[in-house]
Amino acid sequence: MITPRVEVPFLQYLDEKGAPIAPLPDWTANPDILLHYYRQMVLARVVDQKAIALQRTGQMGTYPSCMGQEAVSTVFGHLLQHDDVLVPYYRDVPGQLQRGMEIEDIYLYWGGDERGSARPSQRKDFPNCVPIATQAGHAAGIATAMRIRNQHNAVLCSCGDGATSKGDFLEALNLAGVWQLPMVFIINNNQWAISVPRKLQCGAPTLAQKGIAAGLPCVQVDGNDVIALHEAIDQALQHARCGKGATVIEAITYRLSDHTTADDATRYRPSEELKQAWLKEPIKRLQTWLHQNDHWDEGKEQQLQEEASAKVQKAVENYLNTPHQPISELFDYHYAEIPPGLESQKEEALSRMTGQAAGQESSI
Amino acid sequence: MSEQRITLVEAVNQALHYSMTHDDNVVVLGEDVGTNGGVFRATVDLKEKFGLKRVMDTPLAETLIAGISIGMASQGLKPVAEIQFMGFIFAAYEQMISHAARMRNRTRGRLTCPMVMRAPFGGGIHAPEHHSESTEALLAHIPGLKVVMPSSPRRAYGLLLAAINDPDPVIFLEPKRIYRAVKQPVPDDGKELPIGTCFTLKQGDDITLVTWGACVKETLEAWQQLKQEGINAEVIDVATIKPLDMDTILASVSRTGRCVIIHEAARSFGVGAEIAAEVSSQAFLSLEAPVRRLTGYDITMPYYRMEHHYLLSSKDIVQAAKETLEYQ
Ligand SMILES: Cc1ncc(C[n+]2csc(CCOP(=O)(O)OP(=O)(O)O)c2C)c(N)n1
Ligand SMILES: [Mg+2]
Repeated sequence: MITPRVEVPFLQYLDEKGAPIAPLPDWTANPDILLHYYRQMVLARVVDQKAIALQRTGQMGTYPSCMGQEAVSTVFGHLLQHDDVLVPYYRDVPGQLQRGMEIEDIYLYWGGDERGSARPSQRKDFPNCVPIATQAGHAAGIATAMRIRNQHNAVLCSCGDGATSKGDFLEALNLAGVWQLPMVFIINNNQWAISVPRKLQCGAPTLAQKGIAAGLPCVQVDGNDVIALHEAIDQALQHARCGKGATVIEAITYRLSDHTTADDATRYRPSEELKQAWLKEPIKRLQTWLHQNDHWDEGKEQQLQEEASAKVQKAVENYLNTPHQPISELFDYHYAEIPPGLESQKEEALSRMTGQAAGQESSI
Repeated sequence: MSEQRITLVEAVNQALHYSMTHDDNVVVLGEDVGTNGGVFRATVDLKEKFGLKRVMDTPLAETLIAGISIGMASQGLKPVAEIQFMGFIFAAYEQMISHAARMRNRTRGRLTCPMVMRAPFGGGIHAPEHHSESTEALLAHIPGLKVVMPSSPRRAYGLLLAAINDPDPVIFLEPKRIYRAVKQPVPDDGKELPIGTCFTLKQGDDITLVTWGACVKETLEAWQQLKQEGINAEVIDVATIKPLDMDTILASVSRTGRCVIIHEAARSFGVGAEIAAEVSSQAFLSLEAPVRRLTGYDITMPYYRMEHHYLLSSKDIVQAAKETLEYQ
């Protein structure tokens, strides 16, 4: 029998308890980056939990939590340079917060307001992509633009494990191989696509190996280990920026939350599996390492939690106090210039609304 | 025979159970349709009852879901594929338009495509972007496809049974805003309702209100308000967009002389335009006022914080009806 032989390296530095299982890279000797990662993950979790609370109290719509996946997005958010481009998926709050999105933008977007994706500080990054995997093509296009213009930057495209089953993902991988595009594909393998487990998505032992068929280097990393993630992503980004082409990184994580606030994972997911996954989550793991290496203590932890809560509270207030958009904005952004027919529909909408209760125009 | 009162989504589920019980060729596939029973619970308990071979959780790939449905249908199975939201149906279009719609014609009937593609559609449930579209016109435009949109539990049950047994591909669009809006007794008797026939929900001689999908709810509310003011409106649920039953609509308009078409989808190039064109040309001499379209605007469905500015209310319908009645 011919058995498929592929080798996909697996990268990990810290075990579940935060103890090194391999000599740590030199950059970890200075704890600044790791402290930044820790603070960013903690902030992201507070942002995330508040989003869920807002949804539960009717102040926000359906929200997909990133709980358990903070490390991946935190690390690439830090490693991406100013002129690199992020093409995220919908669980990338930690990365987005480092790329020019404000916390209130996150709440606005998930609160059903287009202006969450509008802040100029988001530069050329793409907004959240809801139709699964379709962002992979955009990322390849951005990379193509960089190639045409001889820009030494990279595009990072993030997606879930389910997304790797779509043609869009595979087509983009293929192109990245053919044209040697400056890209990094990050698969957040959180083991589930709503209720569909990883093993029902793909018969291959790893998702990273989809890159092999496209001629791309690929690696699996422990997605709860910021050091491993930093190593893999940093190398892949440098590789891309200096013209050596794309890399596929499969980050092994776990979706600690329901799929979204509209989902109930107890219908399909064994509670024991969830319990085991909690033992591996990224924040506790890094915290333990920082403690053990005297970079962290209870006082700092308390201060950080207080700062994060205050920041988030302020953002919630800004979000809740943001007035609704004027109705005209629903019409004004479809074309550079509004066509006459649409202009008259806009008039129609404006006059229709003058007849409606003024209450609808107030804040949420 | 159950006389329990059930919702529209429960009626979909009941029809699927009935079909799978009585016809081994019926299979169900899609994302999260198995253990989870579908994100709206339309496929609940099917996996438990009929097993993994007939109830398939597919990988996340809409092109594939459509493609394998066509393949299975060509072999005599009757696949019922679920697309989780209409906003994600677009990847399936190539397969539906280039293959499902054409298989019978290309092979002069040697191969056919008796499949159903179900998808929840429409706004008003405070969902994220891409979860609130109404793009029925894009599908109705394609020769070879049928497009059915039930708007009550009974019509959902009877029309889904008919869709499953239809010899051609049927797109079955479920108005999710009213998935749980009303309950009706729906006898589980396997009785189909006809595809290609409008349903006249209220009879009246003053004006014809033509609608489908979730807008049926607001239109019936408007009917009530008009009635209180002494206006008798006829309410027609089109139910099958393609093939369109113009006879029922024309018969009504030739009596009332006035017609308002109400739909949630954007106005331009919509199904309303098709109906208005047919009414204008075929009932021209009966018309006492221009045919009026009351629809969504030609804009992307706003994110949900502003979607109420897009959606139609019964008040809008009452107003449009009165303006059409007052036309001299
Ligand atoms: C094209 C498309 N089909 C279906 C959906 C509905 N949907 C939203 S998220 C999701 C599962 C995605 O799983 P995965 O890629 O693993 O990402 P995760 O949510 O687990 O992070 C599905 C099916 C969608 N958004 N887009
Ligand atoms: Mg996943």
